[in-house]
Amino acid sequence: MTRIMGYCDRWSVRPGDTVNFMVSCIGAESYAAEIVRLKQPEAGPLATPFEPEPVASDVNGRYAGREQALPIGSLAVVTGHPCLERLEAATLVAYVMPTTPSKGRQALFGNWCEASRTGFGLELDEQGSLVLRLGAGRGTEVTLATGEPMRAWRWYRVAGTFDSQSGRMAIWQEPVSRHGFDLDRPIARSAERGCPSTRSMNPLTFAAWQNGETAGPSAWGGLQFAQHFNGRIDRPRIVEGALDHAGIAELMGETGPAAIEHELVAAWDFSLDIGGEAIIDTGPNRLHGTIVNLPTRAVHGHNWTGCINDWTQAPEQYGAIHFHDDDIVDACWTVDFSFEVTSAQRSGVYAAKLTAGDFVFWVPFFVSPPKGEARSKVAFIASTATYTVYLNNKGRFLSSATEVYQGRVTVMDEIDSLLFEYPAMGLSTYDRHSDGTGVAYASRHRPVHNFRPTGRHWNFNLDLCIIDWLEHLGGDYDVITEEQLHEEGMGLLAPYNVVITGSHPEYDSLDMLDAFQAYLRRGGRLMYMGGNGFYWRIAHHPTRDGVIEVRRAEGGVRAWDALPGEYHHSFTGEYGGLWRRNSRAPQKLVGVGFISQGFDKCSYYRRTDAAADPRAAWMFDGIEDELIGDFGILQGGAAGLEIDAVDARLGTPPHALVVAQSENHSNTYEVVAEEVLIPHGATDAIINPEIHADITFFETPNGGAVWSTGSIAFAGSLGWNGFDNNVARLTTNVLRRFAAEEPLPWPGRPEAGA
Amino acid sequence: MYSFDKSRLDLAREFKANPFGEHRPDLQYLLNLMRRPDPKRPHFVLMPRQWGESWTLAVMEPGGTSPPRPTNLVFTDAGEAEWHVFKLRWAELAGEELPFD
Repeated sequence: MTRIMGYCDRWSVRPGDTVNFMVSCIGAESYAAEIVRLKQPEAGPLATPFEPEPVASDVNGRYAGREQALPIGSLAVVTGHPCLERLEAATLVAYVMPTTPSKGRQALFGNWCEASRTGFGLELDEQGSLVLRLGAGRGTEVTLATGEPMRAWRWYRVAGTFDSQSGRMAIWQEPVSRHGFDLDRPIARSAERGCPSTRSMNPLTFAAWQNGETAGPSAWGGLQFAQHFNGRIDRPRIVEGALDHAGIAELMGETGPAAIEHELVAAWDFSLDIGGEAIIDTGPNRLHGTIVNLPTRAVHGHNWTGCINDWTQAPEQYGAIHFHDDDIVDACWTVDFSFEVTSAQRSGVYAAKLTAGDFVFWVPFFVSPPKGEARSKVAFIASTATYTVYLNNKGRFLSSATEVYQGRVTVMDEIDSLLFEYPAMGLSTYDRHSDGTGVAYASRHRPVHNFRPTGRHWNFNLDLCIIDWLEHLGGDYDVITEEQLHEEGMGLLAPYNVVITGSHPEYDSLDMLDAFQAYLRRGGRLMYMGGNGFYWRIAHHPTRDGVIEVRRAEGGVRAWDALPGEYHHSFTGEYGGLWRRNSRAPQKLVGVGFISQGFDKCSYYRRTDAAADPRAAWMFDGIEDELIGDFGILQGGAAGLEIDAVDARLGTPPHALVVAQSENHSNTYEVVAEEVLIPHGATDAIINPEIHADITFFETPNGGAVWSTGSIAFAGSLGWNGFDNNVARLTTNVLRRFAAEEPLPWPGRPEAGA
Repeated sequence: MYSFDKSRLDLAREFKANPFGEHRPDLQYLLNLMRRPDPKRPHFVLMPRQWGESWTLAVMEPGGTSPPRPTNLVFTDAGEAEWHVFKLRWAELAGEELPFD
């Protein structure tokens, strides 16, 4: 079977930048690459025909195909060091919490090499029992196991000692209980087995064993890794010499290992540099290391009391790292070809089209004007944060649960199917790890199934309907991105009279919201062209572009919920979750906020009396219809999928006008969870009058304004009937007014200082 | 507690006439029952042949360990595909097929 997939290193580029493309091709000797400009999605017979515009480029052509592996699974690693090499007798101690103890052999920590069978290490065996493993090469291995499986989600203090001279080994597997009741009991085992010399310069690893060198992609050091661990490791330590039980207790005591300080080799404190990727050794050798593939940090350790919920306030209670066998932050593929953006390229949405046999894969990217320059009064801001957070959304195909809330059988094409053919592509923040914990980190540095102009009309694909409309109007627009907004702030928006969002700009950092707010205060105009926007708070990785964190804290419609006490982002320390729980409800910015979702059938808006208000009547010029958007490629209407309503409690400006309101939504439209404090049953659109999408308009100081559609499906109606429809007319009227230089009059008293 | 009643052919007729959109409460209960996730049982997906024009019914095995397995059933109308899946589920619940197509 022929397959091709790829990704690029940058999504947001400007003239002079270079985009590198990484490709894996399976089952074909060669593939074709072609750079194209995307002007619309592939959206079926009722939409504009899908016609990517060829871009002349030296990179267009055929390339030799080769498969590139996906190095999935997180770990931490410390480069080999003489102080580890010379250990003939040692004690290894840590607190660990396995989350899938019966999933097979799983490494805890040590310098064991699975390929050469050398080194020492603590691990779990097939049943989840603690094992100490030693070896000096194939045929020399010895192990000692407790023979009692650990329980999932329970903290243990684990220790192992060995002495090559005496040949004695010992291990301890001791449950750490604070609350609750369990039959689990401490276990100690010892034996004299003629320990082999474990001398080796192997790197020391946590949560995986190195498995020799690889010629293919490697997550670290040209090595491949195996026996990944699911669970948490807290304050691992190594001492030279074999301690007894009392010595181990002293080593792990709160007062520090003063009495055995001269024997201490390493004492890692994972509560240091939680926002970064280093692991810090507080011992005398400073065996600092790095995490690999972004295991989850800012998670509580064995000593979390439950009294502190913010890791920045008590980092010593957050000294654990949660490793997963399905973490991946970067596929680390070799570059296949590079595309240099020249000044000849107009700003727009582009893609590399990769074709092997009959299989086609798309790798989009965005070309913006040179920094500080605008080529138009109109900017479309691509929702790169939201695209990133959704990448590789596997969970929606895993069961019929999706069908329950969508009200129809899930559609899945052959590119979606890659998630199951190549599970090492990883997951999205809408998924759960293999141990059931929520995926908190998203990365675009890997092949993905749902960032393309084909397939499900959602996010990027649906946003191309907005691009289609802008192209229909003559193509006078620039494309900028949310990741640029996060980096550059309001200055990115300032040159534009109007900024147009995508259909679902759901995720925002504080810097992004501040930029939008500042832009509107100084007279900018914002067309919020979607639904469920500005909903979740995100944090960007401090050094890696395109890596985003989401903590799905209290409240909200969510695929998983963060564990208690783990609501603060590891990257920034900020409290995560809904913006409405962070004093920045979307209603404050765009007048409307998420109220309901449903996916079986879309509906229409009915014009309100406010549409005749002189402040808004201009947007209905040429429209006589009472109903707006009772058509569209998305289930027959402009109002649907995820919809927003005004709410004065949450900050809708008092002068906001709702000029059209949707009605007649179906049973699958349930009011959002954060609005149902006491379950009452009256939650679907058949009986709950709060469920509607509001087309909302209000002015901002200094001649600015906001216009919100409050519906993801809205974009799917723009191109209906060759753009000859009331949705396109209404939206075009707004665009033309917003793009004009003439200020929109502030309807109230002048603001102080205005 | 809602339970399946194979004599309620009116619900099947209502679904056939209107597979998407507003449903009466008893039909919505039945759909929720039919669509309830079961980690031990396969579920259905639709694989597009031409986007928005035709779909192949496919089966996903539980556990998410393998790609969808296409059947030989092709639909050119999304509503017809929903009706077919409804009939399969009805037959499983009732132990017999619906007396009408």
